[in-house]
Amino acid sequence: MDCQLDIFFLEAVLNGLLLAGLLALLALGLNLIFGVIDVVWICYAELVMIGMYGIFYAHKAGVPLLLAALFGILLVALAGAVLHQVVIRPVLDSAPINQLLVTGGVLFFLQAAATMAFGVDFRNLGIRFGSITLADMSFSYSRIITFGVALAAMLVLWLFLSRTYLGIAIRAIAQDRQIMPLMGVDQRRIYLVTSAIGGGLAGLAAALMVLQYDIYPQIGLQFGPLIFMICVLGGLGSLIGGFVAAFIISEFIAIGGSCFATEWGYAIAFLFFMVVIFIRPQGLFGGRS
Amino acid sequence: MRISRTAVIGLPILIALPLIVHLLFGGSEKYYLHLLIQILIWSFIYTGWSLMGRFGLTSLGHGAFTGIGAYVTVLLWNFAGLTPWLGVPAAIVIAVVVALLVGYPCFHMRITGHYFALLTLALTEFIRLCIVGLRDYTGGSLGTQPRRYGDGISLYAMQFEPNRVLSYYIVLALWLVGLYIWWRVDRSMDRFALDAASQDEEAAASVGINVTREKLKVTAISAAMCALGGAVYGQYQMYIGPDTIAGLSVSLNIVFACIAGGLWVMLGPTVGAVFTQVLSEVLRVTMQGSATLQALFGSAVLALDTLVYGLLLILFIIYMPKGILGTLLEKRAKKAAAAPARPEAISS
Repeated sequence: MDCQLDIFFLEAVLNGLLLAGLLALLALGLNLIFGVIDVVWICYAELVMIGMYGIFYAHKAGVPLLLAALFGILLVALAGAVLHQVVIRPVLDSAPINQLLVTGGVLFFLQAAATMAFGVDFRNLGIRFGSITLADMSFSYSRIITFGVALAAMLVLWLFLSRTYLGIAIRAIAQDRQIMPLMGVDQRRIYLVTSAIGGGLAGLAAALMVLQYDIYPQIGLQFGPLIFMICVLGGLGSLIGGFVAAFIISEFIAIGGSCFATEWGYAIAFLFFMVVIFIRPQGLFGGRS
Repeated sequence: MRISRTAVIGLPILIALPLIVHLLFGGSEKYYLHLLIQILIWSFIYTGWSLMGRFGLTSLGHGAFTGIGAYVTVLLWNFAGLTPWLGVPAAIVIAVVVALLVGYPCFHMRITGHYFALLTLALTEFIRLCIVGLRDYTGGSLGTQPRRYGDGISLYAMQFEPNRVLSYYIVLALWLVGLYIWWRVDRSMDRFALDAASQDEEAAASVGINVTREKLKVTAISAAMCALGGAVYGQYQMYIGPDTIAGLSVSLNIVFACIAGGLWVMLGPTVGAVFTQVLSEVLRVTMQGSATLQALFGSAVLALDTLVYGLLLILFIIYMPKGILGTLLEKRAKKAAAAPARPEAISS
């Protein structure tokens, strides 16, 4: 246990901050769907995985990286829309827990499909951006890019939700499901658009993750539980809350990981999450219970 | 009394089953007995989960309890030399304490639905990470084995794996105990209280039901059963790993098998276990026999059973939320109600 307040500790803290950007982006799409449609996509991280494979193979086929990333975003946006239309729509009126479980079936399906199609090997793009060194601390450029893009994406989503007609309609639906259809807002269309946007955000996260992580069919299990935790911890539908929660959780992971072992960082984060929810079930920034 | 008639016919068949298997599949009876044992152990665990699940307490945390049951028992045996006769009760007590520690704030703060599911999911992950983190004792993600005692069959060490027939009767008894507990809960006043609470918590509380206490009771029983099931699983398999007996995929498997079989009927979880185990075995055997599939997908063909499994679960939840047995019983009841009374029914 060599946990001192030295330069390595500071490096861990700053790397935790960079990780928070990615986790916040991952939580953003799920949070949007959770808030608007009131459905938890347990398979959200698996959609990210599909996006990563899409980008990987597109890039291998000779597509430039930026175009491949765009392809990945569109692919997962489409997947989100299809998921909503085919799987979520039929169970919208049944018990809320069934909606969560049905996407659990999708989780198994996507994981197995990816294993069969792409094998169990770890793959990566093999692109290295190098890293920047600051006073003995090193930060990889891919993490810094990820952080910047994640922040920009959150800003764009916020502008979209607060400034455009469609965005306002989406927020209105989230506030009152019964009234909005009477005001002439087509609920089914809003749900579909929201699912596609949520998928698109997962695709964007996938595009950033292929820069840093190996791709394998089980990668969803590594990130999925973290994403749910951040969503609930931040408070349903609160974009700021999602970011703060992502920051807290990733600092637990980064500092715990540097002081003890990686698993203990995660374990402490999960324990912290449970304790907070016991005290504030609506999450740190949630308005409604 | 349909249940009792089923029992009168079914129980002797189950007791004679090893003999039947021996007569039918002389050479490969070990394999079939293994399949039956697996089904019975998981049926017991699923039945334990359904005690909570049927009242809308959809826990994704039961992978934690099976994990605690298996790991505490094995670790006490391997490192403290403590016989499982004391180790299993210790494991059950720990699982129940964990369940109450998580359950009390949940029920007190009225955490239900999605939030309850996600919170219990965090519990599962926490326990799995603890298991992996304590790798000096637990073997980390590679798993570990209970130390073999003598020739592997011992009352003292609660080991019975080499004798499949003995193992079968042990888990059959376990399964019957599970059904008895389910039946007792089903007939108790608590069940009506919990039914009321799952419909409308405020209303139930207003007529004098202590909702938190009722939920805690059923949570404790459910966690204890899953811990016991996990411990027996470890003793039979003689191997435990964080992904085979703990973790999110175990939790999800438990929930899905219960839903596939039928949550609200006694034998629903059992039917779910039969269905899922037989399905994955049939798919596995067909795939290993098929040269075309092997050539197409190589070893990744093993994922096909998960693929079919996931697809079926989606279809079940959308089109048959009452599960296989629940739907069948409902159809039968409808038919019986619609059919005109037969003469012999009147005379008897």
